[in-house]
Amino acid sequence: MSIQNTTADQQHNPAVLLDLKHISLSFGGVKAITDISFDIYEGEVRAIIGPNGAGKSSMLNVINGFYHPQQGEIWFDGKHRQAMKPYEIAYQGIARTFQNIALFKGMSVLDNIMTGRFTHMSKNLFWQALWKGPAEQEEIANRELVEHVIDFLEIQAIRKTPVGRLPYGLQKRVELGRALAAQPKLLLLDEPMAGMNVEEKEDMCRFILDVNDTFGTTIALIEHDMGVVMDISDRVVVLDYGRKIGDGNPDDVRNDQTVIDAYLGVSH
Amino acid sequence: MFYRESGDFKKTYQDDSQTFPIKFDRRRYYVVMAIAFLVLPMFMTDYFANAMMIPFLVWAIAALGLNILVGYCGQLSLGTGGFMAVGAYATYKLMTSFPGMDMFSVVLLSGFVTALVGMIFGLPSLRIKGFYLAVATLAAQFFLVWLLNKVPWFYNYSASGQITAPERSIFGIIITGPHASPITGYLFCLILAVGLAWVARNLTRGRLGRSWMAIRDMDIAAEIIGVNPLMAKLSAFAVSSFFVGVAGSLFFSVYLGAAEVTEAFSINVSFAVLFMVIIGGLGSIFGSFVGAAFMVLMPVLLKNILVGGFGWPTDLAAHLEFIIVGALIVIFLIVEPHGLAQMARVLKEKLRLWPFPH
Ligand SMILES: Nc1ncnc2c1ncn2[C@@H]1O[C@H](COP(=O)(O)OP(=O)(O)O)[C@@H](O)[C@H]1O
Ligand SMILES: [Mg+2]
Repeated sequence: MSIQNTTADQQHNPAVLLDLKHISLSFGGVKAITDISFDIYEGEVRAIIGPNGAGKSSMLNVINGFYHPQQGEIWFDGKHRQAMKPYEIAYQGIARTFQNIALFKGMSVLDNIMTGRFTHMSKNLFWQALWKGPAEQEEIANRELVEHVIDFLEIQAIRKTPVGRLPYGLQKRVELGRALAAQPKLLLLDEPMAGMNVEEKEDMCRFILDVNDTFGTTIALIEHDMGVVMDISDRVVVLDYGRKIGDGNPDDVRNDQTVIDAYLGVSH
Repeated sequence: MFYRESGDFKKTYQDDSQTFPIKFDRRRYYVVMAIAFLVLPMFMTDYFANAMMIPFLVWAIAALGLNILVGYCGQLSLGTGGFMAVGAYATYKLMTSFPGMDMFSVVLLSGFVTALVGMIFGLPSLRIKGFYLAVATLAAQFFLVWLLNKVPWFYNYSASGQITAPERSIFGIIITGPHASPITGYLFCLILAVGLAWVARNLTRGRLGRSWMAIRDMDIAAEIIGVNPLMAKLSAFAVSSFFVGVAGSLFFSVYLGAAEVTEAFSINVSFAVLFMVIIGGLGSIFGSFVGAAFMVLMPVLLKNILVGGFGWPTDLAAHLEFIIVGALIVIFLIVEPHGLAQMARVLKEKLRLWPFPH
């Protein structure tokens, strides 16, 4: 199956998929992000870490167009991106999951993931009303792809279950499935493992790495568990109080004194 | 274990997503259709057609329409009466301006006119939600009724302010007017109701329906997946109003024959259709029919029992009807917010296991 279209063979001279330049964002008087710059290479797993309230989620919201930064530039896929609505950004190939699960509670697992195919489907109201013909063909073609996602995430058995009835860990997995179904160029994951037990975390890690390996999907991920971050990410950016305080390989970042201070300062 | 799905494996995704995946349900559907189209018209009395079946079908179409908006897209509307009025008056203007037009075209065009009006009044939904949207649609209700009552052009300057359906036919069969047979009226409504239910089913199972439900369940997540909220909400308003407009058109032309806007399409109509949707089941096509049947048949039934059986005075029976409907709505909201359709679903799950409960 081919869920991805980008290639990640250039280890030496990596192509930049997303480049954030001097982003500043404030809500009234609250400065959520102050002059942050970093980039994401095509095909890598980029972790964003930092204490609570550091501005990590706000950063993802800037990337997928929910928040419009007061300052700074966003370059995506080699182009300077103008201010856009989130649904337009979805069409550019950015998908995400949320820190607090944001599934469609009244719909089945299958329908949730099928909704992830929205940008790839186009039959209009007229064809939809007739169903037989183009609309049904489009539905079946996309259903096949969605079934691959379902197989991949090992959730075949709960296909028809309303998502509201699922335990937390599975809901997180379905939400990942919905984002994957969009075949994004860039996948944003906001604390995909928060609140999970060790086993569920291991599963989720495996899925994230598999997505990255098999489909070459570029992933930006927010995570608190340092062990997980060190294991699965290629590069790490560290935020604290809305500023960037570290950026680099997991090992370098872990041994950085400023980063250690920020983390110790918060947890004690 | 006569009702089962085990051993009924689906080999294609097409089979898997059909409307009645279980054989028993599929057979029952064909039986119901055969009765509705073939058996009933042969044995039905004019009273039965006029007092029960035609209103049932008309309200079912209205409930389907409102259900698309409220149940599937999560946008509360109290403007149903006003939109039905638009459908009715569009029908009247079309019938009187183009006497040669067949009734199917008249009804469907009236639906399109209502869809346009519905989209205009749906615009506020982009900015306001829930309770405030309900109030905005309430404004639509009052404005539309006021407008249709105030501007004489809409009722062709008739002295009574009433609109009256002239005789119109399709393929030479008279559908409206004093000489129309209730049975043909019933069949005409039945064809439209079945056709529209099929359209509703198609729209709600595909891409568009998923975008409506996504907006209903979690609008933020819908947007990041590519759903344009404006398009989703306006398309829901348009489709919903189309259905409601068709219902209004039939209500006036086939059922009432003559109507006065402030009486026939008051706020009570808006509430009645909303009750049908709640009692039948939000987000269920089958439920729209059940809710309509319930609201149409229960008064008739109560009246027959209380007035016919116990010899109560009619006004007392009518009051009791209000009390019962009110109580039922409260009960439904508490016990089973998903309505009669959900109750049927639960029953089915039990049947599937019967006679072994575990
Ligand atoms: N919509 C908003 N309105 C006001 N303040 C916000 C909003 N979103 C985030 N913030 C503020 O921005 C800061 C960063 O929040 P957030 O990005 O959620 O942090 P993190 O995800 O790193 O825990 C916090 O101080 C938070 O209160
Ligand atoms: Mg956060």
